[in-house]
Amino acid sequence: MYSRSRNRELRSICIAVATVLIGACAKGSETSVAQAPPDRPSVQGTPVSGLFPGGGSAPPADPLAAKYLGDPKAIAEGARLFDWYNCAGCHFHGAGGIGPSLADADWIYGGSMDQIYATIYQGRPNGMPSWGGKLSTTEIWEIAAYVRDFANKNAAAAADPVAPLPPVRDDQVRMPEIAANAPTPQQ
Amino acid sequence: MKIESIGRLGRAAAGAAFLLLPTLPGFVRAQQSALPVAPASAAPKDDGQWSLAQKNFAATRFSELEEISTKTVKNLQVAFTFSLGIKPHGEEAAPLVVDNTMYVVTAFPNILYALDLTQPGAPMKWAFKPQPPSAAQGVACCDVVTRGSAYWNGKVIINTLDGQTIAVDAKTGKQVWRTPLADINKGESVTMAPLVAKGKVLVGVSGGEFGVRGWVQALDADSGKVVWKAYSTGPDKDVLIGPDFKPFYDSEKGKDLGVSTWPPDAWKIGGGTAWGWFAYDPDLNLVYTGIANPGPWNNEQRPGDNKWTCGIFARDLDSGQARWFYQMNPHDEHDYDGVNEIVLLDLPYKGSMRKVLVHPDRNGYMYMLDRTNGEVLYANTYAPTNSITGVDLKTGRPTINPEKQTKLGQVVRDICPTASGSKDWNPSAYSPRTGLLYVPHENLCMDWESVQANYIAGTPFVGANVVMKPGPGGNRGEFTAWDVSNGKIAWQIKEDLPLWSGALTTAGDVVFYGTMDGWFKAIDAHSGDLLWKFKTASGIIGQPIAYRGPDGHEYVAVLSGVGGWAGAIVPGNLNPHDRTGALGFVGTMGDLKQKTTAGGMLYVFSIPQS
Repeated sequence: MYSRSRNRELRSICIAVATVLIGACAKGSETSVAQAPPDRPSVQGTPVSGLFPGGGSAPPADPLAAKYLGDPKAIAEGARLFDWYNCAGCHFHGAGGIGPSLADADWIYGGSMDQIYATIYQGRPNGMPSWGGKLSTTEIWEIAAYVRDFANKNAAAAADPVAPLPPVRDDQVRMPEIAANAPTPQQ
Repeated sequence: MKIESIGRLGRAAAGAAFLLLPTLPGFVRAQQSALPVAPASAAPKDDGQWSLAQKNFAATRFSELEEISTKTVKNLQVAFTFSLGIKPHGEEAAPLVVDNTMYVVTAFPNILYALDLTQPGAPMKWAFKPQPPSAAQGVACCDVVTRGSAYWNGKVIINTLDGQTIAVDAKTGKQVWRTPLADINKGESVTMAPLVAKGKVLVGVSGGEFGVRGWVQALDADSGKVVWKAYSTGPDKDVLIGPDFKPFYDSEKGKDLGVSTWPPDAWKIGGGTAWGWFAYDPDLNLVYTGIANPGPWNNEQRPGDNKWTCGIFARDLDSGQARWFYQMNPHDEHDYDGVNEIVLLDLPYKGSMRKVLVHPDRNGYMYMLDRTNGEVLYANTYAPTNSITGVDLKTGRPTINPEKQTKLGQVVRDICPTASGSKDWNPSAYSPRTGLLYVPHENLCMDWESVQANYIAGTPFVGANVVMKPGPGGNRGEFTAWDVSNGKIAWQIKEDLPLWSGALTTAGDVVFYGTMDGWFKAIDAHSGDLLWKFKTASGIIGQPIAYRGPDGHEYVAVLSGVGGWAGAIVPGNLNPHDRTGALGFVGTMGDLKQKTTAGGMLYVFSIPQS
C-alpha cells in the first residue's frame, strides 16, 4: 500500500517533470490546453450546495473543467502559480494554515473543478480573497487543476489525524544557566 | 551582604518573615529592598479587580489576594462556566472584572460578553457584537485571536480583528465610539489587547507576515479620536523621532535609520508591527512598546539592520515622541519579534537602585534594561539557543552564529529557538514575594529554507519554508521561574506541549498556567511543585486572572479554547502530514488533534464555602 502510493507519487513527479520539459520545447505551439481561448465560465451557474429545492439538480459542469482536470501541463503550471500568487502563504503545501488544508477530503465550498474555479474567482467569506480581477481564466483553471490533483494524491494520507513528530536534535545547543541549588519541582 | 548574592534560602526566609510580621515596617522595607518590586505608580495596591489584560501598567499579573494559597488551592472547584458561543478558535484573552461584572472578549468575531457576578451562575448582562468583516480572517497569520480588552472610566475597550477600536458602555453594552484604524486590504489586522493609560488607548497593528508597515496609535479614550500615530519604519518624522530621542547604543543613532537600514522602499512593506504587549511608567510618562519582526522572513530581500523592528521603543505617552529604542535582533533572520511582555520593576543592581524593564525575548534571552535609557543590564538565556551565542553589553548587539543564519534556497537545520521563539506572546507573571518571574514558554527548534517572497497587498509576504521540531530533551514546553535579581533560572518544569497560555501569580504564593491539552495547573510559587490541576474541555492558551467576588472570596478565571499559532492545527483542522503548515508549527504539533479538540469556554474557580 505504502510502496504503491510512493510509486504513484514518483510516477506523477516524472510525468510533471517530463511535461515541463516538453512544454518548454513546445513553447509557441498551438496545441497546449493552457493556451485555450480564455472562456469565462459562468461562476453563477456553479452550485456550492447539494440541495436543490423542488427536485432540481446541478447543471452540467463547464466543459473547460474536463479539459484542464488531470492535464499534466496545467497541473505543473498551476503549481507554479500557486506559489507565485501566494496561495502557499495561506494553504502551505497541503497542511493549510490561514486557509484550510487542500490535501484532505473536506471541501467547504465543493471540490469539483468548477467549484474550485468559482472559489478562486469569487473568493469566499471567511478570508479567501477574490482573485477574479487579478488572475486570467486560464490561470484559475490551472490552479484548480493543481489543487484537485494535489488533493487526489494526498487525501488518503491526510485522513490520518496524527503525524509523527520530527526527531529531536540537541547538538550544538547552548543550555541556559540554572541556579546551582535549583530544586526539581514535583509534578 | 551583596544583594546579588542573596540566595534562594535567603529570599525564602525574608518571605517567611514577611508573612509572620506583615505590619512591621522594618521587615517590609527589608523585603522591598532585597527583591525587585514594581513601581507603585505602575502597580498600585490591588483592589481585587482586573481591569487590564496585563493587570497593571507594570504588567506584573500579580494578585494580592491570598485566600487561594499553597494550603487551600487543593480545594479549588469550578464555580461557574460560560460557553463563548462562537465558531471555535484560539481564546487568548484575559477576562476583566470591574464592579462585580466580568467582561470576556472572544476570538473573531470578537463578541464582548458582560456577566453579572452578583447573581448565582453569573448570568449574561449583555453581549456586544461588533460584526467585523469575515474577510479579515484571511489576513490573520496565526489563528483569528484577540489577547483581550481594557476597562477605563465606565467603558470596555476592544480591538476587532479588522482593526477597529471600539469603546462599549460597561453598564449598557452600547457602543460609545468606534474608530477604524487598520485596512485589511493592506494586510493590516489587530489582535493585541489595548492598553489604556492616562486617558489614552494604545493600539498596535498586526500583519508582519503580510508586508504591513507597522504602527502604534494612541486614541483619546473619551472620544476615540487619534492623538498620535508612530510608524516603526520610514523617515524619523513618521516614526516620531525628534530631538528627545536619545538611544543608549550607537547603532540606534543617526538620521532616518528607518529608511537607510533598508533597501530602497523595502521599509514600506517591512513589518515592525506591534501586536503584543506594552507597559507604562507613570513617573517617567513613558510607554514601552514591543516591536515585531521585519518582513519578509527571507532576510536576503532586506539587507541592513531594518530599523525599527525587533526592539522596544520608549515613547512619551502624550506626544508619542520616541525617547529611546533598543533592538534585540538587528536584521532578524529567524522571525524573533520583540513583542513579548515588558515587566516594569525597580531593584538594587550592582550597588545602585535601577528602574528596569524585564523582557523574555523570542530569541531565548531574558533582557533586563534600564527603562530610563535603554541600557542592557543583562541578557542571559532562559532556554536552549544556538542562533545567537551572546549579547555584547558594550554595543547591545547579539553575536550571531553564522551556521544558523538563514539563506535563500538552502535548508538550514536545527536552529534554536524556533520562529515562534523560546517564548511567544503568552505573558509571564512576577511575584514581589519571591522575586521570581514565572515564564510559560517553549522548547522548539526549526529547519528553515528561505524562498523568494512576492508582495501582493493583502496576501502573505513571508518567503520561508519552516518546519518546527521539539528542542533538546524532547519536551516542547517549559515553565521557568526566573530569578530577576541574579539573572538566572531558579527552577524549571518540563511540559510535553509548548506552553501558549499566560501565567498568573498571587499573594497566596500560587502560580497558575494552562497547557495546550487542557490542564489548568496551580504550582507552588517557591518550589514549582504541582499543587492542583483541573482538565478543561479544550487546550488552554488564555491568560488566567484572579479577582475578589461580590461575596468577598477569591476567584480565578481562565479561558479554555485551543488555537493560536501553536494550536492552529486543531480549529483549522490542518493536515499534519505537511510539516510546513501554519508557518511551520504543524511540524511539531502532529499529535495535537488527538490530544484536544476545539471550543471556547470560560472557567471560573473558587474554594467552596461550607
